[in-house]
Amino acid sequence: MLRILHMRRVLFPAVVLFIGAGEALGDVGGAMDGILEITTWGKIWRALTLVDHTTRVVVIGTTVLGAAAGVVGTFAYLRKRAMLGDALSHATLPGIALAFVILGEKRLGWMTVGAAVTGVLGVLAVLGLRRVPRVKEDAAIGIVLSVFFGAGLVLMSLIQQMGSGEEAGLRSFIYGKAAAMLTNDAWLIGVSAGVVLVCCVLLFKEFRLICFDQSYASSQGWPVGLIDLLMMGLVVLTTVVGLQAVGMILVVALLIVPAAAARFWTDRLGRMTVAAGVFGALSGWLGSTISAVLPRMPTGAVIVLCTGVLFLMSMILSPHRGVLAGLIRRMRLARRVADQHLLRALAEIEESRGEGTRVEESELWKMRSWSAAGFSRVMGRGQRRGWIDGDGRQCRLTATGRTLAKRVLTNHRLWELYLIRYADIAPSHVDRDADEIEHILSEGLVQELRQALAEETTIPPSPHVAGVGI
Amino acid sequence: MVWEWSIDGWILLAGVLSACSCALVGNFLVLRKLSLMGDAISHAVLPGLVIAFIVTNSRASLPMFVGAVIVGVLTAFLTQVITRHGKVEHGAAMGVVFSILFAFGLVLIRRAPGADHVDLDPECVLLGNMMQIGMAGFGGMFPTAITNLLIVMAANILFVGLFYKELRICAFDPELATSLGIPASVMHYALMVMVAITTIASFEAVGSILVIAMLIVPAVTAHLLADRLGAMIFLSLIAAAVSAVMGHVLAMFGPGWLGMKTTVASLAETSPMTAETSAMMAVVAGALLLAAVLFSPEHGLLGRAYHRFALATRIVGQDVLGWLYRGQEAGKHVMMRTEVIRVIGRSWQSRWALRRLQHQGLLDVETHESGEAGLRLTQRGRIQAERVVGSHRLWESYMSEHFDLADDHLHEPANRMEHFITPELQDELRRDVPDATRDPHGKPVPPLNDSLLDDS
Amino acid sequence: MILNERRDVTAVADDHNASSPLSIHDMTVAYHRRPVLWDIDYAAPEGSLIGIVGPNGAGKSTMIKACLDLVPRASGSVRFHGGTYRAQRRSVGYVPQRESVDWDFPASALDVVAMGCYGRIPWCWPVRRKDREAAREALDRVGMVDYADRQISKLSGGQQQRVFLARALVQDARTYLMDEPFAGVDAATEAAIVTLLRTLRDGGKTVLVVHHDLQTVPEYFDHVVLLNMRIVAAGATAEVFTPENLQKTYGGRLTLLDKAAHVMASGGRR
Repeated sequence: MLRILHMRRVLFPAVVLFIGAGEALGDVGGAMDGILEITTWGKIWRALTLVDHTTRVVVIGTTVLGAAAGVVGTFAYLRKRAMLGDALSHATLPGIALAFVILGEKRLGWMTVGAAVTGVLGVLAVLGLRRVPRVKEDAAIGIVLSVFFGAGLVLMSLIQQMGSGEEAGLRSFIYGKAAAMLTNDAWLIGVSAGVVLVCCVLLFKEFRLICFDQSYASSQGWPVGLIDLLMMGLVVLTTVVGLQAVGMILVVALLIVPAAAARFWTDRLGRMTVAAGVFGALSGWLGSTISAVLPRMPTGAVIVLCTGVLFLMSMILSPHRGVLAGLIRRMRLARRVADQHLLRALAEIEESRGEGTRVEESELWKMRSWSAAGFSRVMGRGQRRGWIDGDGRQCRLTATGRTLAKRVLTNHRLWELYLIRYADIAPSHVDRDADEIEHILSEGLVQELRQALAEETTIPPSPHVAGVGI
Repeated sequence: MVWEWSIDGWILLAGVLSACSCALVGNFLVLRKLSLMGDAISHAVLPGLVIAFIVTNSRASLPMFVGAVIVGVLTAFLTQVITRHGKVEHGAAMGVVFSILFAFGLVLIRRAPGADHVDLDPECVLLGNMMQIGMAGFGGMFPTAITNLLIVMAANILFVGLFYKELRICAFDPELATSLGIPASVMHYALMVMVAITTIASFEAVGSILVIAMLIVPAVTAHLLADRLGAMIFLSLIAAAVSAVMGHVLAMFGPGWLGMKTTVASLAETSPMTAETSAMMAVVAGALLLAAVLFSPEHGLLGRAYHRFALATRIVGQDVLGWLYRGQEAGKHVMMRTEVIRVIGRSWQSRWALRRLQHQGLLDVETHESGEAGLRLTQRGRIQAERVVGSHRLWESYMSEHFDLADDHLHEPANRMEHFITPELQDELRRDVPDATRDPHGKPVPPLNDSLLDDS
Repeated sequence: MILNERRDVTAVADDHNASSPLSIHDMTVAYHRRPVLWDIDYAAPEGSLIGIVGPNGAGKSTMIKACLDLVPRASGSVRFHGGTYRAQRRSVGYVPQRESVDWDFPASALDVVAMGCYGRIPWCWPVRRKDREAAREALDRVGMVDYADRQISKLSGGQQQRVFLARALVQDARTYLMDEPFAGVDAATEAAIVTLLRTLRDGGKTVLVVHHDLQTVPEYFDHVVLLNMRIVAAGATAEVFTPENLQKTYGGRLTLLDKAAHVMASGGRR
């Protein structure tokens, strides 16, 4: 019986815990539902025009936060410190809880200071652990993350039994509760973001140097440790002020994801930093607006999902580094290679049998390892473009096709010769290598090859025939 | 809080089982530098759990288990895709994948149809529900969570036992493994599946924080203490089990020992506070690691500090012996203590070294008529000194034999090396230097005299 | 005097040749207590092209890095033009190994070369127009001006190496230390680099180059340092680059050094 009593005592906090977490995940939309009965379009309009004070604070706060996190995240990302941000954000929990235990009440300012203190301790612990032999960086991050967070949860479970009922408020730091953002919080975020942006602009050159080439930087006399510290300080600042909005588990996403997405769009650091800032701000704005409009949408998570969508789109659609562009490039190259193989095969046949020879398609097919479908595709393409004319059984080069084919053959032979003369490759191996590179030879390179080999503009003879034979 | 075996026993068992399963696979994560994969997977499985819940509309274990494993493996897969096709660094790619999946899970929880989705509180994901296991087992029933954990533990043991050699070679050198016909990528995904399974099974019991801690911390602790993979795995299991037991005990009684009492208003009496067991387990695991970092005999900070001190003492001692020996060579058999101290530096380490030499019977101290202490080598001290001076002069000979060095550049290096030349190395030096009786300055190299050597 | 074997250490602390562009005295470097360089004593002759040659693991790169305070020295001292590296930093140019950086970094060739100017720009100031002009000029000297705006990962290995060289050139140093500038470059780049190095030398600069190709040593360098954990021989190439010295450097005769290093690494534990 006594035990049952104890069980109740144990279960009671658990119930509080659920309710607390439910509240922590509360949302702007839900809060607004109670105030006004309005249509969805009305809601959207009100969210977009920032009429409501609550919405205004939240949207502006998260947008500014996203911009700052994107900018400083760029440097953390390029310095390969992305996951250190994860350890840092988890390490803030014991600080928040301790500040609460010491003060006995919820005071945002002091809790932020507490978060910053243990957050920095966590970063230092990672850097220290890395120096211990046999402890790798990733393990150090995982250790700090789990142990510090565990310590924080221990403190939280004690706070929960203090019975002040305030513990639920602390939980909002774990999952974030942007809806609870007050004007003061938004100001805090705004000022911090300003500091972060100004520092990143002023120290742009220094950050670039240590991100790219740390040992060169220190050989040039730059205090790498100090610059590193400043950079990590900005990351800590952004993380700590972002905790309330997106929570400590997800704040790392604001640092990494916009930066990683921005990297797809540009090859210049300046533009990448701006792009990451814009992506961050856009996600913050979109995420908070969506959760203001739709009910039951946790703001922090929606913001992170927005960064995710931006990342996915960047990864797929980016013109230079994107997956789609890469796919198209590969397809085009494969097509070009197939075309050139066909033309060259025909040119080689004409070379031995005279111009205008008709060739059996089956014979042509055997010359290369084409699949049946691939062969009919390449033949179809050749006919459509007017390179060959054929009746399905036999085919021959047209005049246009012949000019092209001769050029392809020239490139191939030039490259073969170059390889033989300058790369010491036995002639019997040449054909394969020539195959791979000749298709991407530019006009300028062909000229260079000609000069290097001092050949005239005619087709050089095949080294296979002239030298060793096939 | 009252300790009751019928409840706390189950909790302990659940803790030990999940900690040990995690630690078992964690060894390979740590060795393959994939520690954060455990972190990523344990966060990212959330949407898998929620989707399974939405689809089946129940909290049945199996569908949720399957859903979570699928998402867990998907995390590993997506990370690789982003790393390869997006040219994103591995750590960052992992961060991108897990944070987005976790956010997705959070949104799903809030949007999930069904009123009782409070069951799927993310809080359970973080902390698990140890107490519930204890309750379920109250009265002699066998809790299903324990059954699950037992199955997973058995699966892990089977996995590691069967593929021990493959796992070892893949952890050491994946490319070599592939060239030997062991597909490293298959092993990678197999490991990821095991991590996902372990994560999910442990989840319900102990929560994701403990899973992350147990995947990484005991394995790193063991790595600091062991030089062989087998020993490392064994030690990591011990560390995990100790963390689990100590964690629960401390969670139950720790706050009470610190004098913390609950003041929950609804209960008339006050009782000692208890802390969250799984969180405390993570803290204890961290404390064990800290102990290993400090006290590991070979890699520990204290061990290394002690070693440095012992080495420095030995060097000072050998310097004194060499000094006295060279004095003897010049016919001066007793040297003033103050004179020696002046040369080796006045520090407590010098005094300690002198006392040690005397204690070892290598040095005699005699008081002079002037009241000063004089130092003299004993017979055994002389043999030791011969070895030091011999090493010094042999090294000089070796150096001038093989390297283009001016004679005045020989002494400093030899002065440093003389303390590190072992008897075996000295033998080799004697063989290598053809005329080993005189050093380049013409000083005699003391002959080999092994008769009285008894310590080093 | 009975103590003549023991010299006063402080008396030799400034045993440097003040006129030498690089003078190393009694330098020992250890990784994890294991010595990788032993008691290096060397004074580089001014205005010469010097190759540092030795087998893998001989400590060639370490020697350069230790001179530049990039790895800690266990003992010894280094002087550039009679001053410490810290004081003479402006007059020393460093070309690290190409693999030491992530070439996927978002930067153009010009950005990287401009980093050579950063030492002249105060904190928090952006890169100025004249620095960019200087960078462009340096790129021109290595024949890379056409690639100034190209992202660095889209350059070939040889081109990347030339960008690094240009970054050192833009510093306008008196002494250059280069870590394997010929590693993994094509024949054309190698020729271009050699020409550039000779131009530098003819302009009175001193260039030290870590090099791994023995065949080209007599052709490229006036002076050579044969290194295998210690300096086996150093001097004019014609005198020092002999089969006998090479045998000493590359032959297996130095196993004892390795064993001794191992003993020191374990702290003399027996």
